[in-house]
Amino acid sequence: MVKLFRTPSISLSRRRFIVGSSAAGLSIGVLSACSSEPAEPPAPDYSKLPPNPEVNAWVHIHHDDTVTVRIARSEMGQGTSTGLAQLVAEELDCDWEKVKMEFPTPGENLRRDRVWKDFSTGGSRGLRDSQQYVREGGAAARHMLVAAAASEWEVPADEITTEKGRLFHKASGKEAGYGSMAEAASTMEPPTEFTLKDKKDWTILGQPKKRLDTANKLTGKLKYGQDIVLDGMVMASVKACPILGGKLKSFDASDAENTPGVKKVMQLGDNAVVVVADSWWTANKVLEDMTIEWDGGDHANYSTADIEALLEEGLNGESKIGNASGDIDAALADAETVVEATYNFPALNHACMEPMNATALWTEDSCEVWCPTQNGEAVLGAIAPASGHDISKCEVYKTILGGGFGRKGMSDYAVQAVMIAKEMPGTPVKLMWSREEDMIHGFFHPVTKATMRGGLDADGNMTGLDLKISGQSIVAALMPGFLAQMGGIDLFTFQGLLAPGTHAMAEDQTLKYSFPALKAHHAMKNPPIRPGFWRGVNLNQNAVYLECFLDEMAHAAGRDPLEFRLAYLNDSPEMAKVLQAVADKGGWGKDDGRHRGLACIYGFGSYVAACADVSVSDEGELTINKITAATDCGHAANPQQIEAQVEGSFVYGLSALLFQEMTFENGQPVQTNFHNFPSMQIRHMPEVETIVMPSGGFWGGVGEPTIAVAAPAVLNAIFAATGKRARQLPLKDQNLRG
Amino acid sequence: MVKLNVNGKTVEYSGDEDKPLLWAIREDLGLTGTKYGCGIAQCGACTIHIDGNAVRACTYPVGALDGSEKITTIEGLSEDGTHPVQKAWAELDVPQCGFCQPGMMMAVSALLKEKPNATDSDIDEAITNICRCGTFARVRKGIHLAKKL
Repeated sequence: MVKLFRTPSISLSRRRFIVGSSAAGLSIGVLSACSSEPAEPPAPDYSKLPPNPEVNAWVHIHHDDTVTVRIARSEMGQGTSTGLAQLVAEELDCDWEKVKMEFPTPGENLRRDRVWKDFSTGGSRGLRDSQQYVREGGAAARHMLVAAAASEWEVPADEITTEKGRLFHKASGKEAGYGSMAEAASTMEPPTEFTLKDKKDWTILGQPKKRLDTANKLTGKLKYGQDIVLDGMVMASVKACPILGGKLKSFDASDAENTPGVKKVMQLGDNAVVVVADSWWTANKVLEDMTIEWDGGDHANYSTADIEALLEEGLNGESKIGNASGDIDAALADAETVVEATYNFPALNHACMEPMNATALWTEDSCEVWCPTQNGEAVLGAIAPASGHDISKCEVYKTILGGGFGRKGMSDYAVQAVMIAKEMPGTPVKLMWSREEDMIHGFFHPVTKATMRGGLDADGNMTGLDLKISGQSIVAALMPGFLAQMGGIDLFTFQGLLAPGTHAMAEDQTLKYSFPALKAHHAMKNPPIRPGFWRGVNLNQNAVYLECFLDEMAHAAGRDPLEFRLAYLNDSPEMAKVLQAVADKGGWGKDDGRHRGLACIYGFGSYVAACADVSVSDEGELTINKITAATDCGHAANPQQIEAQVEGSFVYGLSALLFQEMTFENGQPVQTNFHNFPSMQIRHMPEVETIVMPSGGFWGGVGEPTIAVAAPAVLNAIFAATGKRARQLPLKDQNLRG
Repeated sequence: MVKLNVNGKTVEYSGDEDKPLLWAIREDLGLTGTKYGCGIAQCGACTIHIDGNAVRACTYPVGALDGSEKITTIEGLSEDGTHPVQKAWAELDVPQCGFCQPGMMMAVSALLKEKPNATDSDIDEAITNICRCGTFARVRKGIHLAKKL
């Protein structure tokens, strides 16, 4: 049996990790920091017994019947960890009140032949991609517990039943808690075939269970990456050239080095300066005051006007087709009316509440990193070459993330921390980015524009839709090899617009409308700003382009936007149902003086729709009164957490629609903090009614798809209120009636 | 030398008096529940109480204190997580990532101390903390629940 979470090379420094009040019985501090509150103290004293071995990789049952479920995916607020624990607990038949969580390390996963499979947490995949093997993990552990009891009681295994963490043999009257059988169970053969529970038998899964990780979030005890404290630790702040591709020319370290508390001033790579001090505030202040000269390089004069010109060039130039059907040229040529409109979607920063940070400890024989990350394995893979050590000498301890939204899927900040720590062997270094550094060095939401042309016949029926996107490709910037594999076309820029069967990795991002003719095409135009995966990714702009334009076409045809959409959703009853649901509950068609807009989309494997209800004052001021939202994610692991994700999705999506864009002057971002990149506050929050309508039969994602319908539903409602289309995002500083 | 009375304990601070209280609390006192989010008093993640009033600690220099003030951080809001706001937050599962919530709860508890019957418009005016996960719907419900606890 491999002992979890302890290896000789790293046990020492783990012991140095200080977590304040650490829960008893857990092997290392970082785990206790991420664990839920301990269960009520058991009556018997188990402390003299050696701890039980794990039953299997997913399940560790303790003498007091407490069950620790191993969670491979990262927790960044989306509730995936609680959902994953529910998946295991349901099949295990354990007592939910006694379930705790812990997060195995990427190094442990590597040493155990990736027994926990993928750690990557993005694309709303946490539950849907792992539900099968995670449930099998719980089912296997239950099977092994039953086998252990059968062996000890000398009864047939199929006469043993389980409930709430206990084993029963009715005929003999024998019963036992899981804790007492866990050690024997660990020696049993795991099953090779599984019959997972039917949805109708679920008692933990599908229930609105409370999150397992709330208690320490209410007392300040939870240690985020920002809060890591190690013995002898020093603090670092970094400033990298604000222009993409620019270099460090010179810096004057003389004042900095004479400042009390400063430990080190150093150049990092060829484009950054770092100050290390005994206080982060000191390090950052010294860095702010330092005279630094940059060599801006090729993009030193680049501005938002250049991006605009580039996107316009794309709209008027060559493109590659992502989805085409019918004869679009004839459809538009023969149309009675051709509607045309151009919309934009700006670059955006993720603006996680917790700025990027990582703590690194480098020695001659090891490298350890503590950090918030959506992909611990990617961090491990990135720090090994940076440290100069073999990957087996490196380890990553994931902390709960203070927001991720796609940004913390990148490993850049962890690599920086290792590069600094390597210059200070044996000394733990906590690198924290200032908010300004975080804003400037984002992986921004791709910037795009799109022109749509739609044909209508004399009866107001659509003849065809031409949707041309111009702009940035994430794949081109971050995964050029993958772009080449796809023949130079980034199919993922067509998220939500693709035909089924286009790409195995995009089957969860297909278009559900059936139009008489369609041409969706993309002119790739990549400005020198760094794109990344921003919660919802390309579904965000494509939903604006498609759903706002369908609204425009419906109005041009003199048809009801709900009826117009439904006319093209005959092949997708699931989509039609969520759309109808928000229309019904959202008061669509009611003559009550309120103004409503609709949007629906399929993305991340789920069907979502929204009906927004807005008012626009005579002065053009917008109030979003209410949004009714529906989600069909197939199976709903935890309905109350789905509601939380849907509500939160509107905050993320509407913050962008209302207030946010990254603009560029002299090659660098203009927006540097929340004063010029505002985010919604409670006073902006509309009432949200969430309809969770799982139709069964599939597992869809939840964390992202709803973001995409937030903006188009509100934009369409604004038109209903004003008769004027708002096609320029964000809406701030625009008079919606002017 | 500045005397800091934090969560009922008095400590002597001898560092730079320009240092914002946030960093004295986090680094010198080791109380990491109060978060750094923006450094310019925009996001509210660093909200604490000074004599019961909500203050954004990231822009409040230690030197501005005269030693008589009572400072409360999230760690001192209650001894055992049973402040009505904490209880309401637990009841409604308010936090998502939770990073902004110490500041959010400190802002809310200061509001409820001043206005035990805070209305929605009181909330809209007083609670300007940013939450990127978007917990506002539950925060509002939580405030109304906390009033009854």
